[in-house]
Amino acid sequence: MTEGLPVPSAGLAGISSLTMDPECSQLLPALCAVLADPRQPMADDTCLEKLLDWFKTITEAGSSLLLLQENPCLVELLCHMLKPQDLSSRVLSFSLRLTGVLAAQEDCFQYLQQGELLPKLFGEAGPLGGAAWTSPAVRSGWIQGLRSLAQHPSALHFLAHCGAVDTIFSLQEDSSLFVASAAGQLLVHILGLSMQGPAGGPPSLQAGDWPACAQKIVGHIEESLRATATPQITQALNVLTTTFGHYHDPWTQVLWVQLSPLVAGLLEKDPVPAAHSLVDLLLSVARSPGLSSSSCGLWETLAQTLSHLSPTQAGPLALGILKLQDCPQALRAQAFAVLLQPLACVLKAMAQDPGSSGVPDGTVGDSMTAGTPLPSKAACVGLLCRSLAHLELLLPLPQRPCPWPQAPLLGAAVTLLQLCGGSARPACDMGRHLCTLLLGCVRVQRAALDFLGALSDGTGPRELVTQVFAVLLEYLRSPDSSPTVLKKAFQATFRWLLSSPKTPGCWDLDPHALLFLRDLLPVLQKRLCSPCWEVRDSSLEFLTQMARHWGGQAGFRHALLASEVPKLTEQLLRDPESYVRASAVTAMGQLSSQGLCFPPAGPEHHGGQQKSLLVELLHILSTDSEGFPRRAVMQVFTQWLRDSHADVAGDTEQFVAGVLQVASQDLDWEVRAQGLELALVFLEQTLGQPRSHCPHAVTPPVEAPVGPLAQALQPLCRVRLFDFAFRALFDCDRPVAQKSCDLLLFLRAKTASSSGLQESRSSPDVASVEAALQRWQAGDQAQPLGDLEPEVVLAVLRSLDLEGLRGALAESSDHVEKSPQSLLQDMLATVGVLGENEADCY
Amino acid sequence: MKLYCLSGHPTLPCNVLKFKSTTIMLDCGLDMTSTLNFLPLPLVQSPRLSNLPGWSLKDGNAFLDKELKECSGHVFVDSVPEFCLPETELIDLSTVDVILISNYHCMMALPYITEHTGFSGTVYATEPTIQIGRLLMEELVNFIERVPKAQSASLWKNKDIQRLLPSPLKDAVEVSTWRRCYTMQEVNSALSKIQLVGYSQKIELFGAVQVTPLSSGYALGSSNWIIQSHYEKVSYVSGSSLLTTHPQPMDQASLKNSDVLILTGLTQIPTANPDGMVGEFCSNLALTVRNGGNVLVPCYPSGVIYDLLECLYQYIDSAGLSNIPFYFISPVANSSLEFSQIFAEWLCHNKQTKVYLPEPPFPHAELIQTNKLKHYPSLHGDFSSDFRQPCVVFTGHPSLRFGDVVHFMELWGKSSLNTVIFTEPDFSYLEALAPYQPLAMKCIYCPIDTRLNFIQVSKLLKEVQPLHVVCPEQYTQPPPAQSHRMDLMIDCQPPAMSYRRAEVLALPFKRRYEKIEIMPELADALVPMEIKPGISLATVSAVLHTKDNKHILQPPPRPAQPTGGKKRKRATEDIPDCKVLKPLLSGSIPVEQFVQTLEKHGFSDIKVEDTAKGHIVLLQEAETLIQIEEDSTHIICDNDEMLRVRLRDLVLKFLQKF
Repeated sequence: MTEGLPVPSAGLAGISSLTMDPECSQLLPALCAVLADPRQPMADDTCLEKLLDWFKTITEAGSSLLLLQENPCLVELLCHMLKPQDLSSRVLSFSLRLTGVLAAQEDCFQYLQQGELLPKLFGEAGPLGGAAWTSPAVRSGWIQGLRSLAQHPSALHFLAHCGAVDTIFSLQEDSSLFVASAAGQLLVHILGLSMQGPAGGPPSLQAGDWPACAQKIVGHIEESLRATATPQITQALNVLTTTFGHYHDPWTQVLWVQLSPLVAGLLEKDPVPAAHSLVDLLLSVARSPGLSSSSCGLWETLAQTLSHLSPTQAGPLALGILKLQDCPQALRAQAFAVLLQPLACVLKAMAQDPGSSGVPDGTVGDSMTAGTPLPSKAACVGLLCRSLAHLELLLPLPQRPCPWPQAPLLGAAVTLLQLCGGSARPACDMGRHLCTLLLGCVRVQRAALDFLGALSDGTGPRELVTQVFAVLLEYLRSPDSSPTVLKKAFQATFRWLLSSPKTPGCWDLDPHALLFLRDLLPVLQKRLCSPCWEVRDSSLEFLTQMARHWGGQAGFRHALLASEVPKLTEQLLRDPESYVRASAVTAMGQLSSQGLCFPPAGPEHHGGQQKSLLVELLHILSTDSEGFPRRAVMQVFTQWLRDSHADVAGDTEQFVAGVLQVASQDLDWEVRAQGLELALVFLEQTLGQPRSHCPHAVTPPVEAPVGPLAQALQPLCRVRLFDFAFRALFDCDRPVAQKSCDLLLFLRAKTASSSGLQESRSSPDVASVEAALQRWQAGDQAQPLGDLEPEVVLAVLRSLDLEGLRGALAESSDHVEKSPQSLLQDMLATVGVLGENEADCY
Repeated sequence: MKLYCLSGHPTLPCNVLKFKSTTIMLDCGLDMTSTLNFLPLPLVQSPRLSNLPGWSLKDGNAFLDKELKECSGHVFVDSVPEFCLPETELIDLSTVDVILISNYHCMMALPYITEHTGFSGTVYATEPTIQIGRLLMEELVNFIERVPKAQSASLWKNKDIQRLLPSPLKDAVEVSTWRRCYTMQEVNSALSKIQLVGYSQKIELFGAVQVTPLSSGYALGSSNWIIQSHYEKVSYVSGSSLLTTHPQPMDQASLKNSDVLILTGLTQIPTANPDGMVGEFCSNLALTVRNGGNVLVPCYPSGVIYDLLECLYQYIDSAGLSNIPFYFISPVANSSLEFSQIFAEWLCHNKQTKVYLPEPPFPHAELIQTNKLKHYPSLHGDFSSDFRQPCVVFTGHPSLRFGDVVHFMELWGKSSLNTVIFTEPDFSYLEALAPYQPLAMKCIYCPIDTRLNFIQVSKLLKEVQPLHVVCPEQYTQPPPAQSHRMDLMIDCQPPAMSYRRAEVLALPFKRRYEKIEIMPELADALVPMEIKPGISLATVSAVLHTKDNKHILQPPPRPAQPTGGKKRKRATEDIPDCKVLKPLLSGSIPVEQFVQTLEKHGFSDIKVEDTAKGHIVLLQEAETLIQIEEDSTHIICDNDEMLRVRLRDLVLKFLQKF
């Protein structure tokens, strides 16, 4: 026992057992001994993390002091850390953090103070002055320990007394980024804590009257802001950013008023130091509800910053300003101009008549082109991509600038795409140079296509929209479009087709879009034959989307059926790439649902070929070696069943029975889960219940099933739905079992109110089924259930503890292994303290 | 050093380099685009072609209607196709010492040069170049000879008449020099003049220069050439590729430190990326075949076809085309497919390693084995019995003017189900198709040209840093149709020198040094004197002996009576033939010390004046002037030889003699 520490009071033992179970209490001394023993290395420090988490949970729920008194081994462990020895830095770090967690409660803090443990661990006498300090883990543990500890005024006194704040200042420059960042965070925390005031009352709004600790920190920040070295300025800015992000009390405004001249002073340097951090700080201040932006000159500082930073640095600031709720119009205009600047330059460079770009240039200089020779390719590309991404983020926001320069932006996106594709015809040297820089640049192509797609939500002059479709077609056609660019071109095309003006009262494509479609389909045909599977795949996805939206429209149907696209799609069901097969399955499912599979060759062929698609999909389901196509088939079948697809409606029972039989054998759990989805659809259709809003909600049926229950259940028995569902109930994959459980609960609830059926609870059939189910649960699923009668099903359904099963399944699969006891056992087992490893290995 | 430019075609070059005392022809490409002005030669009688109307002048004069036929608004010469030869008048080709061939496409004019100009030198080329070049020539001769044409049109070539013809006949250049195809005999004779070389092999030309072929990465056995003397290096880069296809990769490092780099044979389609084009080729092929149509690929019997077959080998199964027959029809199809498999040492690393497995380096062997690819010498014979549609046919000639392709164009042209896919970049596909119009079949243009594009050239030039670049004028400006594409031209510093057909360029560098050997005994006799740290000089008296462009310093003949025991220096002076040698002087005269010395020797009233080049020391009393400059010293005194000699000796005291 360490000197000076009081002996734990035995009388409180009963209460403490609420927070730590006796098994763990028993294991803890052994574990502490292991941790204190330098000869027993802890190989896995995730265990220590888990252990610390566990202590956090315990101390949050109860008294830390009691915990210590209950488990003296903990104090021993901490005291042990003070002895000069070759301790692992992990354990030392853990101990420091544990001390912090424990000392977060003031009484426990006082208790540890009495034993001088805290000053010894966190002061000069501790690891701080020793060789262990060279390990970043120890420094990090020291900071985190203090971070946890600093929760009460006593802690503040302690920090001031032991000179920790100065150490934290120096740790801001630590070679480990994690340590340096944590040091900054800790400073913010201490500043916040000291400003809460000793009695919890509001501190003085005069900075001169602030607590000494706060003054010291603010003084350090001021000093750093005046420094010439960028890292120091960055640290100060980061500390301030966090402060204004966390604290919104009136004192923060005082702080800003005091420091803003220094921050503004940074703008006078060339180049502006720590520009990213400066932007973060200014946005953090601007977003802070604690500050009245207009009164403290923030808008002026923001405007000044916008004009001082380089276009690349100013972009994020401009975006941040535009996202602010209340902000002067002039500043918003300036920020918007910064974002538009690169695109304005592009338009200007490409304009036949310079100065007619249409995009507001704003007040900033011609920064992208400033300083000849032109910026390098990397800089130009980076700036354009960022600008496009920022504008795209801004586009859907309600506070986006108004009026929105839709037409010039469309023009800019089109021009950029033309420049990258080599079809632009620049009139001046600047344009030619830009052309050389951007030619074939995939990054800009992707960003511009994304942006172009996003712009489809707005309108544009007809002439420009024509250009949009032309450039999209150019990209879809070009053999040089990379697969990712092509995918984005498809996405943008779809969005533009969606937004093309519709004839009132008609959902069909407008005449221009139909003309475009005529050009598009041959391209799609060619792309479906591409040697690159990604291209085939995205072409199929595009086709599916189009069919889903316009499959019912005459113009679209006519164009599609006149093309080779359906035939080629059908051929891709046999593609060597599984993703493509899966997409082909989805596409064919969609086309077939809308009667778009094959051109209407003649009525005699129609049915035959349609039939063959069902056969083909069943063939894929039962033979395809990859999971994706099989999953896709199940989704198509489910959709077909839901929509009463002609092929399915003919003999639904045979269809469902066939699919369930194949699906039950599938090795892919998603296929089996999808099988349950299909079963649910069939069940709902059979029982005549309109599909409830939430399919898995167990709600008592509003009305009894139509017709006698037995009759209603007969089809379910005939398709062997129960065989499938019961098997799935004991599936080794939890999602399948859960889905099956939900399905059966749903069925049981539906049949609960029905009294028209005699249950045969004690019949031999029921017993044999129950016996079979038990074997299934035990893992032996060889024996089938055979034909089941509705009565037997109902009886079995009621006898099963489905709720219990659902509860067990809802627990995460590692709930047993996650227990603290298991953790302690694991840790002991790894160092061989426990004779036998009783813990689960996972 | 001069460069005579005999061809205007940038990818079919023919230049003559005069370097030191040698005359070296660099490639002899044959411009076959001239054949596009002729009517196709059908394998079987084509009623359509034979019934084309004759062309008559605007005034109705029809005297040319036998020679010129009109088809869909274009006028064609109804005669045996003729080729545009390299210039033969610019330089006497009988003076050419050697011809260096860079690849098999650039040797097609060889028989015209070696057989008809008095050429008596040697041709250097790698083995695959000769073998495949022979196949290309053989195919060409075969295509033309097997369809003998009675008529030979020449009236239209008359300059006064040509002026009246519509374009492009009106603008055709040097039509009077166009020639019919050579014969197989001429081919054999020309090829017999070729000497085989291997990559990096050094070949001495008359002791004056050394030539070395380097891998250029474009085709089997394709080479760039280094032509160097001891102090000068000229690189000839023709048809190179940095893409990973079947040939050995390009050797760039050896091109470094060139004084002049002659750059020809860049890609003809700089805007088309070969990868994208191969994708396009496969997609369109599959699309056509799946719709039940046939695909016709006009191509050369070697080169890109190997890569296409390899792509198809990977693609056909995935595209479900396993049952579609692929036919390769050429008189040399079999040889081409087999030759490709035996040139292992000329292949890229991947393919070379296959040989050790042992596996055929190209997968077309497997296509042939599995009967997916069948090859025939002609469409007559076995082919007609095996022929099954839909199918894919690879056959020549890409100009669509002769060869089996003419038949397939006639056969399949009427159906829109069929597609002709152009992969060879040498001919404008629209011009190639002109005599077949109107045409229902689909035409796809997927030119696959793996040669260097301008981005690659720019990187290459940065890497190898030649002092001067010489290239065809077409490369120094963007293509006329894309004048805004400043990226489609060579951009280097100093700007590239450009040439055009029939131009003679004086290459911008002067030879300044020549290597001379010293015989060992002479070298032994030298007494070097160090005049500066690290620099020693010695005088040498010798006889310069020059033979076969080699220069050797030999000891001078000894005098009749040897003067043993005397110093060597005396011995040289004693040679009666030699003039008495004045010693060579070196060093500089420190003016102050010189003045002090003068004073010591009794000169007074000395004045020193600084001039732009040195100093003037005035001996006013003696009315004498000593002019001291960096490389000369003059003593000017009035007829006082004694004084001059005294002063001279004082000056010499400050200088080193040897």
